[in-house]
Amino acid sequence: MTTASGTSAPRPTDEIVDVLIIGSGASGAAVAWSLADTRMKILCLEQGDWIKPTEFPTNGRDWEARRYADFDISPNRRARATDYPVNDDNSPMKVANFNGVGGGTVLYTAHFPRMHPSDFRVKTLDGVADDWPVDYWTLEPYFAENDRVMGVAGLAGDPSYPLHQPTMPPVPLGRTGTRYAQAMNKLGWHWWPSDIAVATTEYDGRAKCINLGHCTPGCAQGAKASVDITYWPQALRAGVELRTRCRVREITTNEHGMASGVVYYDPSGVERFQPAEMVIVAANGIGTPRLLLNSASAQHPNGLANSSGQVGRNLMVHPWPQIYGYIDEEVDGDRAPMTVMWSKEFYETDPSRGFVRGYTLQFARGTGPANEAITSMAAGRLPWGRDHHRAYRTMLYRSLRVGVACEDLPEAHNRVTIDPILKDSHGIPAPRIDYTVSENTQRMMDHGIARSVEILKAAGCHTIHLPPPGVLNSPGHLLGTARMGHDPDHSVVNGWGRSHDVKNLFIVDGSIWVTSGGVNPTSTIQALALYIADNIKQRLANLFD
Amino acid sequence: MPDQAVSDLTPGELRDLRRLAAIMVPASTEHRVPGADDEAIFADIVRSLGRDREAVRKALALLREMAGGDFSRLDAATAETTAMEMLARGGSTVTALGRAVLQCYYRDDRVFIALGLEPRAPFPKGHQVEQGDWTLLDAVRGRPRMWRDVDGGGR
Repeated sequence: MTTASGTSAPRPTDEIVDVLIIGSGASGAAVAWSLADTRMKILCLEQGDWIKPTEFPTNGRDWEARRYADFDISPNRRARATDYPVNDDNSPMKVANFNGVGGGTVLYTAHFPRMHPSDFRVKTLDGVADDWPVDYWTLEPYFAENDRVMGVAGLAGDPSYPLHQPTMPPVPLGRTGTRYAQAMNKLGWHWWPSDIAVATTEYDGRAKCINLGHCTPGCAQGAKASVDITYWPQALRAGVELRTRCRVREITTNEHGMASGVVYYDPSGVERFQPAEMVIVAANGIGTPRLLLNSASAQHPNGLANSSGQVGRNLMVHPWPQIYGYIDEEVDGDRAPMTVMWSKEFYETDPSRGFVRGYTLQFARGTGPANEAITSMAAGRLPWGRDHHRAYRTMLYRSLRVGVACEDLPEAHNRVTIDPILKDSHGIPAPRIDYTVSENTQRMMDHGIARSVEILKAAGCHTIHLPPPGVLNSPGHLLGTARMGHDPDHSVVNGWGRSHDVKNLFIVDGSIWVTSGGVNPTSTIQALALYIADNIKQRLANLFD
Repeated sequence: MPDQAVSDLTPGELRDLRRLAAIMVPASTEHRVPGADDEAIFADIVRSLGRDREAVRKALALLREMAGGDFSRLDAATAETTAMEMLARGGSTVTALGRAVLQCYYRDDRVFIALGLEPRAPFPKGHQVEQGDWTLLDAVRGRPRMWRDVDGGGR
């Protein structure tokens, strides 16, 4: 066995497994669930913990403060023992993730749009980037299966999408959505209630949404579909093993150039070797290239699965400016799921706009008492001193917010590398990201901001606040750093997720995306993971040929 | 005043922070709310500095520098002018200071009640949300297909 350090140090070795999955988030859970019916011995190693519903912020009076603490979307601020740091100093977009069973789905809004058919054919349609090696229609059955397992609230019939049937009724429009809808109808622009992975009825053993409001930092009710309460219980019942607090340092290879297993640190901090017949990486668009690059060896000096030089490149993070407006009546505030509807009016390419591709407009309700004050103070909207209370009372539960979810095209210089200094708590080198916003994206953002202002005016906002220059607002979705494709010289994995270089190594997370679309990625990440799992199952007889 | 072992701030820093908090969010009889320097609120602020502790200390050091010494000993007018000048500088330090104060102020029972809110956590009671006007969607239902069927799968 050759390791990155080039040594053959004696270390405890675990019993070999058929399938080793690294990461228990959106894609790792889906692939584990799907492969479970093969009766192979499947193990998932997860660096974080299970999060109990009683630990989520909405259980306590400090629920808003904790979104800036142990439930912050940034691993650098959150800094749990189970997190690893990310050097994102050289990027206007910051990283959002969560390290625990469920991964990022524990800490997401549950906004659940699919990619559109055109998103898989950007080269053919618009002459930019590359086409995907799969298309919407190939993935459609997997979208549907994923919707069924996760449970998706929405409404069939959206003219901006091929027909699909969400499994539950949409979340309420409420007062806020009604305001937005009136504005969009006045402008004659498309809108539709969003697909949201929130149970609006009792669903598959999950309680229905009771409008706790703060979906992003975890749902105490269990109505939000995070994979720790959707896929994982089923996968565990089917025999998959999940070990928490196990952080993988590197993937090892044997003399035949095949993955032989992983070196990891167990919950006691002991370095162990886990042999495996097949390794599936599901560690997200930052964690996956970090792991592959940290797995460099004499056989793979530039990192594992990186003969193309594409590992870490083409990072896409979805720049997402948000435009605030205030009206003179109370609306929903933070007392319902945050997202309510979307518009695809500007999603498909129109060359007259001055950019290619497009964006989703995402319509949000307001926020809570403390967060309204904190965000408004930080943006300079809320004064200190004698006028504070009067001004605050014109804002609380009176805000509208439109987000511009811009498609981020792949560029080789936007990348993940290994930081030469920064390390995690186990001494494993940490990732660094270098990212700049492209001119096309900047023009797209400008266009989206201008349209958002029109919407907010039509909605009756008396005051509108644009994002300050350079402030893009995360989410910081993590996509594109181990892209899929037919050509081994220009891609890391093939059209069904297998490494071109290492025939028993698969990648199933957002890093394999070729382009990013202008949508939240979880639905498509999971559909793709289910598709890859199905390919593995269908090709078992000659999987590594 | 809170226990210094808990707060980790010096007595001087605690005095300056309390004076500053009173200027940032003052008590108001008109709105029936205490200031952020209220004993219970201030204790919560100090107890909850957490990840913002070092940034708050930086802000207090800057304030002390601008005050030419103890900020807490300045007369009212000078203290307000100095505080506002410091807060107007903005940046991550002031943002952290603001977060430290506001996250505690806007969870105090008295402030919640004055705002007409129930002083409770969201779970388990949740909230009632009206459905809204779904007839507005009729204007969209009849629109022609907007998505591009490049692969012909939508036939």
